[in-house]
Amino acid sequence: MKAVYALYTDPDAAQQAVEALRGLGVKERDIVVMSSEPFEEYEFSHRDKATWLHWIAGAGGVTGMVAGYLLTFTTQQLWPLTTSGMPIVSTWPNTIIVFEMTMLGAILATAVSLLITASLPSRLSVLYDPAVTLGYILVGVNRPDEPLASRLDEALAGVPGGQVKTVA
Amino acid sequence: MNRTRNNPIADDLVRPLFHTSVWFYGSAAVLATIVLCGAAAWAYQIWYGIGVAGINWPIFWGFYLTNFVFWIGISHAGTLISAILRLVNARWRRPVTRCAEVITVFALMIGAMFPLIHLGRPWLAFWLAPYPSAREIWPNFRSPLVWDFFAINTYLTGSVLFLLLPMIPDLALIRDRATGWRRFVYGTLALGWQGTTKQWHRLESGMQIMAIAIIPVAVSVHTIVAFDFSMATVPMWHSTIFGPYFVAGAIFSGIAALIIAMAALRRLLHLEAYLHPVHFENLGKLLLLMSLLWAYFVFAERLTVWYGNEPSEMAVFWATQAGDYAPLYWTMVVCNFVIPFPILTLRRLRTVTGCVVASFAVLIGMWLERFLIIIPSLSRKPLTYSWGSYSPQLVEIVLMVATFAAMILLYMLFSKFVPIISIWELKVGNQPHPPVETADDELAELWKARP
Repeated sequence: MKAVYALYTDPDAAQQAVEALRGLGVKERDIVVMSSEPFEEYEFSHRDKATWLHWIAGAGGVTGMVAGYLLTFTTQQLWPLTTSGMPIVSTWPNTIIVFEMTMLGAILATAVSLLITASLPSRLSVLYDPAVTLGYILVGVNRPDEPLASRLDEALAGVPGGQVKTVA
Repeated sequence: MNRTRNNPIADDLVRPLFHTSVWFYGSAAVLATIVLCGAAAWAYQIWYGIGVAGINWPIFWGFYLTNFVFWIGISHAGTLISAILRLVNARWRRPVTRCAEVITVFALMIGAMFPLIHLGRPWLAFWLAPYPSAREIWPNFRSPLVWDFFAINTYLTGSVLFLLLPMIPDLALIRDRATGWRRFVYGTLALGWQGTTKQWHRLESGMQIMAIAIIPVAVSVHTIVAFDFSMATVPMWHSTIFGPYFVAGAIFSGIAALIIAMAALRRLLHLEAYLHPVHFENLGKLLLLMSLLWAYFVFAERLTVWYGNEPSEMAVFWATQAGDYAPLYWTMVVCNFVIPFPILTLRRLRTVTGCVVASFAVLIGMWLERFLIIIPSLSRKPLTYSWGSYSPQLVEIVLMVATFAAMILLYMLFSKFVPIISIWELKVGNQPHPPVETADDELAELWKARP
């Protein structure tokens, strides 16, 4: 068996299904929940909340700032060109470039790390069911251990309103 | 709580993607023809030289720069407003955000074209990019045009990502409903989105960070556009008020554009169930606030110049107040304040139609404002030998009309291929919410015991 899952229309039922799987001893990382919208009010949507995204965005900003500094202050010093008696290094205008590159670094780092940590792009897993985008909430286990597999059906079916499916 | 069959949101919003009316093809053909006329006008200008445009000594900035500032201003409708509403978690934002973000992306693309058109020799535009030339001289970072290059590109990059990333779940939804080539295209664009809890959380966290980052960038973009003017010692340009004045004007015109776009979508795509009068009323209130802010800035600018009584500035001042440009100036005041103020103040008039009327007036007024910032100042330089006048030529007028057609066409095409309202965000807005505070135990118990 490749996967077993159940589709629920009610997020309360999905929450019960997640708890039923935990009760069977399924590891937290093996429980998969898919939905067509986030359910912030439910515990199951908070399972993967820990993220470094904020720090990565900050690091991207610092990288952009350094790149902006090198592009402006450093190149002006490496290739000094006197223009109408103005100072070689023009701090105020350079600050604008450094600011823009700082923000660009933060934005790009956020977008790239968002895609990487959300595993995008990727192929659809065997567990995926297009019914998810119709509004169903999928709760299941990918590649369950054989002794556990038979009991998963019962646990998921035990929650009212669930349509249990298996992928052989 | 059955969240599938009783929830028609996705059906309603996806329907326009699969059904195309004859009107759509007809409108698209007309708009595309106008855009092609604009392309032909640009080709004509490239072939015969920039002399075919009306710009000449001493007025080197005409319609092209007016339109540049105008469109960059319009771009403030979307990402900035969307980011602010997202950060303050305004619940009424959900049907509005994507409509607004699309305006930003297309308005920025159109606005950024005008400096290229204005260059006369657009193939040399790469001189603005930071690269060491043959003599190893980098671009002049003291030039406000180079600041524009960095600011607009940063804002465009951020705005495109801000638009595209939350689109992924909706693209996945279309993927699962589509067949044939559509399924392949939307499947590719959806990047394999499945809607796992981890994906949702990363998306929401990322959007929060992007919203925080994009707000200062949006403000900086129009401030830097203002610097194009205020860094020059041209009468009535060299002013410290120009940065915030331009930002306020940009948000003002941006909200007006958003209201018109939403009203058009509501009517043409039959989205009355999603774009409610309350959305227009709330945006109308914002428009009223910006109208007052605009009037305050104009008064502060004019009073300071009048009180200073500096001869070169007074020449521009009187040209706009009572001279050649007075009809345009007072039309601007009527459009930006006299018309919108009563409409948006009186609740009875702050309807969908009222907001649209006020918004059209504001767009005309703000275009005139951009024109009146540029032309009178350049036509009244400090020494009278450098005074002159400007008459736009056919090439410039055609190009301007073509950009408006391009904006409408791009918007139409976008709403044809992607749900113009974020489906998943709208569905989240329809979720029942438990009491935020647990202090009221009775309410919390009722929530737990709900059917």
